[in-house]
Amino acid sequence: MATPTMEKTAAKTDVSPYITVTFRVRRFNPELSDEAQWQDFQIEIDPKERVLDGLHKIKWDVDGSLTFRRSCAHGICGSDAMRINGKNRLACKTLIKDINPEKPITVEPIKGMTVLKDLVVDMEPFFQAYRDVMPFLITSGNEPTRERLQSAEDRERFDDTTKCILCAACTSSCPVFWNDGQYFGPAAIVNAHRFIFDSRDEAAEQRLEILNDKDGVWRCRTTFNCTDACPRGIEVTKAIAEVKRALITRRY
Amino acid sequence: MSADLSKTAVGPVEGVSLYDVDNPAPLIDPPRKRTKRSPKSARGNFELAAWLFMRLSGVVLVVLVIGHLLIQLVLDGGVSKIGFAFVAGRWASPFWQVWDLLMLWLAMLHGANGLRTVINDYAERPSTRLWLKGLLYTATVFTILLGTLVIFTFDPNIR
Ligand code: HEM
Ligand code: FES
Repeated sequence: MATPTMEKTAAKTDVSPYITVTFRVRRFNPELSDEAQWQDFQIEIDPKERVLDGLHKIKWDVDGSLTFRRSCAHGICGSDAMRINGKNRLACKTLIKDINPEKPITVEPIKGMTVLKDLVVDMEPFFQAYRDVMPFLITSGNEPTRERLQSAEDRERFDDTTKCILCAACTSSCPVFWNDGQYFGPAAIVNAHRFIFDSRDEAAEQRLEILNDKDGVWRCRTTFNCTDACPRGIEVTKAIAEVKRALITRRY
Repeated sequence: MSADLSKTAVGPVEGVSLYDVDNPAPLIDPPRKRTKRSPKSARGNFELAAWLFMRLSGVVLVVLVIGHLLIQLVLDGGVSKIGFAFVAGRWASPFWQVWDLLMLWLAMLHGANGLRTVINDYAERPSTRLWLKGLLYTATVFTILLGTLVIFTFDPNIR
């Protein structure tokens, strides 16, 4: 029996890991046309690489005009959320081998936002909703001389919603948001949840009042699209339900 | 390596493009995008109450509607037994009067509020929303009032 190490070296020299993958990209350039169109790119790529690597390959070697956002390339900055094979994901966290490279891989901008060029959308309305829920610590009284202490249990209460990277994958997967951008959307509610349930914060009531609005949490229809879309694994729909419950128990 | 460029908006196109750097095409907007300034929040618990009502009325409707369907369509000979006499017999008892009254009000308000949500979600133009809701509320009020009137003024000896 050959040792595993030897097998690996042999495989490396004999067969190429590269396969041919078709990227079907939704392209829009207002300087050329008023319509978006699909364009196919065939590239040689190792299926263990990510969709982002494929887009880089296209941009660097094939068509430099392909436009998309990315910054960290490691799932932290939240700039490369896109609709890949019809599902919202981060291009930098989606391995090609996991999304059936035998068939063309479709890449589109996230839905419900103005498309500026190719995969780049106008994120301003998204951040406006985010700002509207006051995503910062609000306190009264004298500032403590040292840090604001909190028990481990109190911290645990909102741990899940601290993980948000504001990539908009959840909000742009929500059918209510697709049809009416006035809805605050899951991401804004998640970030309100982050402070509403923080024992150190004192503005929970204000944030709840904002989300009690007609465009607030009550527009949520519990479709779970947001939970499925979140690249950080946040239980988004549960967070929204907790805000709803907090509103009901405080009002009645 | 790349696809056939002549067919896409990206490569050179036949004829002259209407749009260029100085004269770009309009951007592709979603159906209803967020207004530049956030609207002032409406204050009040209407949406909360409506949400809660949907769930509470739903729970009660399960009992009322399934009971209703059983009595009308399944038990005691099924639909064939339904007639003026059957209805008159049931409405002689205040219990069934209250049952039907409750079912009428809850189902109508529940269904109307459900359709209100659907209209809010899908009707894009404000005028379309206004007209559809106007129609919905008119139909709802009419049906509830007429149904209530019939239950309370029903006369089994009518000629
Ligand atoms: C039999 C027991 C019933 C239960 C448990 C029930 C429950 C519910 C709930 C919880 C919702 C809210 C869904 C959401 O907000 O996402 C809803 C929506 C709705 N219900 Fe009912 N319901 C019942 C019967 C009825 C009846 C009899 C009608 C018609 C008169 C009706 C018409 C609607 C409509 C039109 C909606 C809105 C649809 C939507 O939100 O997508 N329901 N129902
Ligand atoms: S590039 Fe930063 S999250 Fe993907």
